[in-house]
Amino acid sequence: MTVVKIPPVLRAAVGGERQVEVQGTTVAEVLESLYEAHPAVRNQLQSDDGGLHRFVNVYLNDEDVRLLSWLDTEVAEGDTLMILPAMAGGGR
Amino acid sequence: MARSYQELLASARERIGEVEARELADRIAGGDAPLVVDVREQSEWDEGHLPGAVHVPRGHLENRIAGVARPDQEIVLTCAAGHRSLLAAVTLADMGFENVTSLAGGFTRWKHNGHDYAVPRTLSPAQRSRYARHITIPEVGEEGQAKLLDSKVLLIGAGGLGSPSALYLAAAGVGTLGIVDDDVVDASNLQRQIIHTTDRLGTLKAESAKQAIADLNPDVRVDVHAERVTQDNVLDLLGEYDVVVDGADNFPTRYLLSDASLMTRTPLVHASILRFEGHASVFLPYDGPCYRCLFPEPPPPDMAPSCGEAGVLGVLCGVMGGIQANEAIKVLLEMGDILAGRLLMYDALGMTFTELKVRRDPDCPACGPDATLEFRDYEAWCAGPSAHAPEPAAVR
Repeated sequence: MTVVKIPPVLRAAVGGERQVEVQGTTVAEVLESLYEAHPAVRNQLQSDDGGLHRFVNVYLNDEDVRLLSWLDTEVAEGDTLMILPAMAGGGR
Repeated sequence: MARSYQELLASARERIGEVEARELADRIAGGDAPLVVDVREQSEWDEGHLPGAVHVPRGHLENRIAGVARPDQEIVLTCAAGHRSLLAAVTLADMGFENVTSLAGGFTRWKHNGHDYAVPRTLSPAQRSRYARHITIPEVGEEGQAKLLDSKVLLIGAGGLGSPSALYLAAAGVGTLGIVDDDVVDASNLQRQIIHTTDRLGTLKAESAKQAIADLNPDVRVDVHAERVTQDNVLDLLGEYDVVVDGADNFPTRYLLSDASLMTRTPLVHASILRFEGHASVFLPYDGPCYRCLFPEPPPPDMAPSCGEAGVLGVLCGVMGGIQANEAIKVLLEMGDILAGRLLMYDALGMTFTELKVRRDPDCPACGPDATLEFRDYEAWCAGPSAHAPEPAAVR
């Protein structure tokens, strides 16, 4: 299982959870498992070509998957996938 | 039998060699300087001293010399006229220091002969007392504190993040703080914006912050900029300061600041917050990733709620604003490992800190080698594609 950390803005789409556990051996598979379990997340992350929106960063452990093998990056048992859109808040 | 001062000096001269100012100046100029220890009082030192000299007042010589010199090291002692240094050299010789001489004629002759000297940036007695806990830290010391007093930091926003970071930077004695905020203090701000007070409701936040800082530390000059950051003023604003602390509450301002920090090469200390979570990083222009390397594009508005819409834990602002003040001070004093190339994420609910690697994007449209950096319409860009698509004619 892979732990996927869910940012605050997506938590409503996964029933309020801060993290979810899903199956998959690549980033693409893990995300697909996430979309199947929580269909509302798909539109927020997935671009029309099946990739990811450019405003969404995905980190495997502490590395940006853009610098690894993107969606084909292999995911091992116990890895953590972090979904990270930018936050703008300054406490206004 | 009692000995006169003159007799003491005469016997010291028999034991201790004296070095002429010209000879020492030539050695310093030639990069072959011995360790110069100045034994005068603080007030004399403050008025000027030999370049590179170390200050150990005569009264503390015996107990402090081990911290600055080895017994086999070549040491030249100096004072005002070359008398106290001669007697101090006898003491060091008695302590087993083997290679000690005294500067003939002392600092007075040195200066009179036209040799270079340094005048330290000094702190007043009140400042030495106020910043005593900083001065005691070896990495800061009196020199670092003086540097902070000569530093200028621009704070974008006197809100959740800006309140604690401005207070700590002011307490730390950062000499000039610029505060950019066009908003006024509202009752709903006071749960987290700790620089403001109930009796200043309705006051401009930048003015309210100036008042709080004046009450905290009169050493600090506050420049009030009661305006929004725009393309028209951002370069002039950043150009005036050494570091910019980003406590903005919206994406257009954050991307504008990032681009402007590259244009003016001003280090940018970033933090953002929402509910229980905070992000922080430092963007050192062209020396590390920039904000757009990290987030090439802003999320659409429905994925980027503000603290006003989604809420924020008040104390989260203190943690993240404190981290920003910490990093700003480190950048100013060039010490420690700056939070550059890393995104620190704080989860107040889980009480966890997570660090992600952030690398320079070789294709970064802002700081990449092929980038042509110019301002864009940040408002339209951050509003998403639908907001700036042309309206269909039929709808009109």
